[in-house]
Amino acid sequence: MSGGHAHHQLYLDRETAIHRLAPQCKIAAVLVFVIAVVATPRETDWPYAVYALALLGVAAVARVPALVVVRRMVVEIPFVIFALLLPIIARGPRVDVLGVSLSANGLESAFILLAKGTLGVVASILLAATTRPRDLLLGLQRLRMPETLVQIMTFMFRYVEVVLAEMTRMRIARESRGFQARHAGHLRVLANSAGALFIRSYERGERVHLAMLSRGYVGRMPVLVDVRSAPSQWAVAALLPLVAVATTAAAWVIR
Amino acid sequence: MTASLLVEELAFAYPDGHQALFGVNLAVQRGERVAVLGPNGAGKTTLVLHLNGILTGGRGTVQVAGLPVVKENLREIRRRVGIVFQDPDDQLFMPSVREDVAFGPANLGMRGPELEERVHEALALVGMAQFADRPPHHLSYGQRRRVAVATVLAMRPEILVLDEPSSNLDPASRRELADILLGLPVTILMVTHDLPYAFQLCPRSVLLDGGVIVADGSTYDLLCDTATMSAHRLELPFGFDPRSVGAPAG
Repeated sequence: MSGGHAHHQLYLDRETAIHRLAPQCKIAAVLVFVIAVVATPRETDWPYAVYALALLGVAAVARVPALVVVRRMVVEIPFVIFALLLPIIARGPRVDVLGVSLSANGLESAFILLAKGTLGVVASILLAATTRPRDLLLGLQRLRMPETLVQIMTFMFRYVEVVLAEMTRMRIARESRGFQARHAGHLRVLANSAGALFIRSYERGERVHLAMLSRGYVGRMPVLVDVRSAPSQWAVAALLPLVAVATTAAAWVIR
Repeated sequence: MTASLLVEELAFAYPDGHQALFGVNLAVQRGERVAVLGPNGAGKTTLVLHLNGILTGGRGTVQVAGLPVVKENLREIRRRVGIVFQDPDDQLFMPSVREDVAFGPANLGMRGPELEERVHEALALVGMAQFADRPPHHLSYGQRRRVAVATVLAMRPEILVLDEPSSNLDPASRRELADILLGLPVTILMVTHDLPYAFQLCPRSVLLDGGVIVADGSTYDLLCDTATMSAHRLELPFGFDPRSVGAPAG
């Protein structure tokens, strides 16, 4: 049985200047951009418009449709809920909005949290839409991320579909015997399945390790693919973080 | 001539006390293809894991082309013994077919064009050269099994050890794999329950049961020996009669 091809969903296959940039340049650019956004002084709100415009520019050059970005922003929902709660639960002076008494501090914090969070999420979505997952890992390796972490992520990328397929087979087996999760009591059954899935994955990990040892693995993965970057690529990738850093710096000066 | 594989008086008990092997003797000459038959729990997997030193510490010795399987030699032993595990998803753990096939030779220190050449050669042997840049999970099961064979062929092994090579293959993939294996210039030891497959591929079979070799001879003779077969829980599939195919020449 073959599973669906669920994994490249985040990546949009295009031929643009941004797609062609070496992954390590893009990762570093997003990281610096996010740090600059987070460092924006509390008292200002105009910088967020600049950041958003900068991201809009990147999306336009990379030909990533707005709808795609919006649809993927669902990952942010838990933050949004938290942000929406802030004005209600925060203390301090209160203001009336449509007859509801809200905390002024909370409103401000909620706006900042939402703005910063959204910008970070959009930047990551753009990174994922323009870089293949495999290249992301190679980029992290190039940026000297600890080898073990890169290895863990590489194996995750390789085995996520195998584990998902296993999960699907277990669900089909459950349902074929008449099981349907209808009330909280059924959580017990689902928890058992999760445990069984964990054990199976663990055992697979042991078998994979055996197969690795059998082919001469001695604790270090050989580096077989490398992604090189030219200074010109770094220069192009630096544009986005430069805009963000300049904006933050200006905001600190003129606040 | 030195045997490809020489197992002498091999005995092994797992740490929990379960004794799996009770003195196995087996010699496989260079270029031979030998099937290891036996019911579940006979000790087949335990034997396989001794061949490249994953399991050690029992009694007896294993030699691969004259080199004893001991800790100092493990690197060379693992080059000489290529094990193809049953589930290709266990064997193919790298992000692309090319990297997976390169993993073994790269661990031996090979790099650059020489490594490229080795990868291409191994993939060509199993007819998968055009799939080098695919991720393994985009291949069919039969293709993955063939790539799994290539991952060990890339190390130019002295002996190829296959664990249930025909399991989960559809009939066409099963035959394609057989054609590939028959064309390989390498010693083969094949653990299987698939008796027709053993008969097709291996002129010689050994029967492992209860941790010892209880029969060793031509596959044809063994499959025709109904008394020995049934004594060790081996049965021919319905409708299959080796006599209707006939004893292989030579």
